[in-house]
Amino acid sequence: MSTILEVKGATKRFGGLTALHDISLDVGEGEILGIIGPNGAGKTTLFNLISGAIPPDEGQIVFDGERIDQLAPHIIAARGLVRTFQIVKPFGGLTVFENVLVAAFLRRSDPLVASAHARSILEYVGLASFADRQAKGLTLAGRKRLELARTLATDPKVLLLDEVLAGLTPTEGAEMVTLVKSIRDGGVTVVVIEHVMAAIMALSDRIAVIHHGELLAVGQPSQIAKDPKVVDAYLGKEFQIAPD
Amino acid sequence: MSGLRQLAAASSRDLLVLLAVVTVLALVPLGVSTFTLSVATAALIFALAGIGWNVLSGFAGQFSFGHAAYFGLGAYTVAVTFTRYSISPWLGLVLGGLVAAAFGLLTGWISFRFGLKGAYFALATFALAELLRLTFNNFDYVGAGVGITIPLAGGDSWGTLQFEDTLAIRYFVALGLVALGTMAVIAVKKSRIGSRMLAVREDEDAAASLGINPLRTKLTAIAISGFITAVAGGYYAMFLMFVDSDVAFGPFISVVILLRPIVGGVGTIWGPVVGAAILSTLGEATRTLVREPPSFLQAIEGVNGLDQVIFGLILVLVIIRAPDGVVGWFNRFRRRSAS
Amino acid sequence: MRGRSRKAAWAVLAIVAAVAVPQSTWWDTNHTVFAQAVVSGLLIGGVYSLVAMGLSLVFGVLDIINFAHGALMTIAIYASYLLFQNYGVDPYLSLFVTIPLMFVIGVGIQRFAINPVMDAPVHNQLLLTLGIAIIIENLALVLFTGTPRSIELAYARNEFDLGVVTLDFPLRVFGAVISLPKLIAFLVALLLAGVLYLLIQRTQLGTAIRASAQEPEGAELVGVDVRRMYTITFGIGAACVGAAGALVLPFLFVSPTAGSTFTIIAFVVVVLGGMGSIPGALIGGLVIGLTQELTQLFVPGSSKFLGVFIVFLAVLLFRPEGILGGVRR
Repeated sequence: MSTILEVKGATKRFGGLTALHDISLDVGEGEILGIIGPNGAGKTTLFNLISGAIPPDEGQIVFDGERIDQLAPHIIAARGLVRTFQIVKPFGGLTVFENVLVAAFLRRSDPLVASAHARSILEYVGLASFADRQAKGLTLAGRKRLELARTLATDPKVLLLDEVLAGLTPTEGAEMVTLVKSIRDGGVTVVVIEHVMAAIMALSDRIAVIHHGELLAVGQPSQIAKDPKVVDAYLGKEFQIAPD
Repeated sequence: MSGLRQLAAASSRDLLVLLAVVTVLALVPLGVSTFTLSVATAALIFALAGIGWNVLSGFAGQFSFGHAAYFGLGAYTVAVTFTRYSISPWLGLVLGGLVAAAFGLLTGWISFRFGLKGAYFALATFALAELLRLTFNNFDYVGAGVGITIPLAGGDSWGTLQFEDTLAIRYFVALGLVALGTMAVIAVKKSRIGSRMLAVREDEDAAASLGINPLRTKLTAIAISGFITAVAGGYYAMFLMFVDSDVAFGPFISVVILLRPIVGGVGTIWGPVVGAAILSTLGEATRTLVREPPSFLQAIEGVNGLDQVIFGLILVLVIIRAPDGVVGWFNRFRRRSAS
Repeated sequence: MRGRSRKAAWAVLAIVAAVAVPQSTWWDTNHTVFAQAVVSGLLIGGVYSLVAMGLSLVFGVLDIINFAHGALMTIAIYASYLLFQNYGVDPYLSLFVTIPLMFVIGVGIQRFAINPVMDAPVHNQLLLTLGIAIIIENLALVLFTGTPRSIELAYARNEFDLGVVTLDFPLRVFGAVISLPKLIAFLVALLLAGVLYLLIQRTQLGTAIRASAQEPEGAELVGVDVRRMYTITFGIGAACVGAAGALVLPFLFVSPTAGSTFTIIAFVVVVLGGMGSIPGALIGGLVIGLTQELTQLFVPGSSKFLGVFIVFLAVLLFRPEGILGGVRR
């Protein structure tokens, strides 16, 4: 399995606070990597570094063989590394279809071709019947699906999913897990940040644990669950079997 | 596959509406007075200026309170190139559009680079238009405080874009420009760049996360917007046969321009035209009411300013009652009755 | 360190200027006009400060661009004018009428017109206030026609014996002329600025208003009626131009658009001083007053607004949070 995304010694400080300290991570092509850690551990900051929202103070981020840590977010996205937001950001005033169409236009300039692609993506994520609804009228689960649909429409190589399961009912969560797996099976590498332990254990090929801005452990889900450091620092206290 | 058909249908429907609207508007010169025809011509010119405004402020969401800058640059370019260098006003319209687009790109680049948005961007556009007004008012090359009077060529002439004898042609040219502007906007709205403008309007961070360059999108919008509004300004100079810094860059012009799409519907294709039709009719109606009131309102005859009071009252009521403009209100109404 | 060395550099520059400028031939020939420009600028700047404070409050608390601010001032100007003309009420006494009157009018406008569009897009709010301005200006045109009017204060050229000194108006300071009405306007404006500052910073009402501006939801949670605070704030904003209207009456031509010229100036001042900041509005007003007078001095023949708008754009680009800092939305 070749490496598609590499974080090398990334450090980020906010004033006196070190949000991330010397994080190094490899993501293999076609895998699902889960990132877990308690609130404030630095998971979203890591996504912000990778997606270009904020530059790292130290270290490098290499995507597809090239450094991307000084690039603007839109350039990184155009190269095929696309993120979702923990607090979803649908284009509320546009319809569901228009939301996805914008993304489909990234690699298609012909409106008819882009439109057809957007329709097929909506079909794929199960939002086809909501195509002409205003995005702000969707339920939370609907908006999370829409956000996923938008990223998919850009034909990404790597998807960064920030808590796509949080706030969903168990049924909705299970559907989302199936969807994410099927996206991976379609050839997209996926990095997920998640709070819901049971789901992420089942979903991920490997798991990275971040605690107080440091990388605590990386490994198979079964190893992580047994790792004494992890159990001590995180699982022991905040272990969540099911979503709350 | 249904997407293909729907999109094609949506575009062709807009074009069909355009054809119908142009046909109806083309009938206006039949049987109206010269005065009314002049009012209608001016209405079309400001509709076109509003179409330009709508691209930047309606689609890309960057509220401009100083579109007089582009309008005035267009007006002055036509007047200066025609009177000083005998360049055909047709070419002048295009040149004016290019000058305005360049001005928009330069000032827009600076403004957006420095992160101006919302009310601050609006105030900056206002200040820029005012700076142009004050500069042109002191600039001898463009006639300073006196302005530029465009000499009459005499008779009807397509070359000099003057139609003294046949005012209807002057009207038809304005109508043709509005039709072109509307087609341009339909093309923008249905294409990649239009879609990106909407995304940037809704949420810049989310747009960037989908590979859209927000700065470039906004600059494209400002250039297209400035170009269209400048063409309107250029033709306005030929319509008045005169331009000075107030006529071109006055704050009142900015307001007149943005009022049309707002009343009609911000970010809609037909908003500016609908708004222009409503506001011009309303303006004329209130003016006529005050000039020749019915007998029971005899007291208001000739009272200066009363028409504007009525106009202001209606404006306030429209904004409170129909906040997304007439076209938006119509769409909501249609959606409600459809479901 | 950087801040201190910059301060030192400014101090050196100021000393050099203070020593060098009076020696120069330019100063010899121009010091009177220069002094006049500075004095006039500061005096009118005080009025700008007062007008801008009202706008700044409304902008900072309600986040509304109020283009009717100057038109409200027009109401106050006419009210004060009518009191003087019909009942001989001194303009400075009419302050006690115009301030509460404008507060009530402001409350009414907020309740019935602004409140419905509080959550509407910026352009609708802007247009609504513009519509209100159109109504007010043209109503004034209907009622009083466009003829400019002015009043003459009987005591504007009197001598005032203050015991220690005798003030003979118009005063002359370094060759500059100071007229009594402008001096009073300046001093009262400063006084009212202080009162407003204390009201906002030191009273319970002021605390509630500031809370509504910064954290409307939080304020609601601790029992502040945010809508009511908005209404009161708009009333206070209008009261500021209520005061300004009466203060400028003795040296301004009264016309339906008399107040409107202040709207744009006030916006410039608000951005310059940082929105919602009362000390910022005070300093900003003085700076803009000086800017407009000095522009006319150094760029003869130009409009006084040329320099004002250049300063405005520069501030928007380089220091959008205003000269004293403050919040940027």
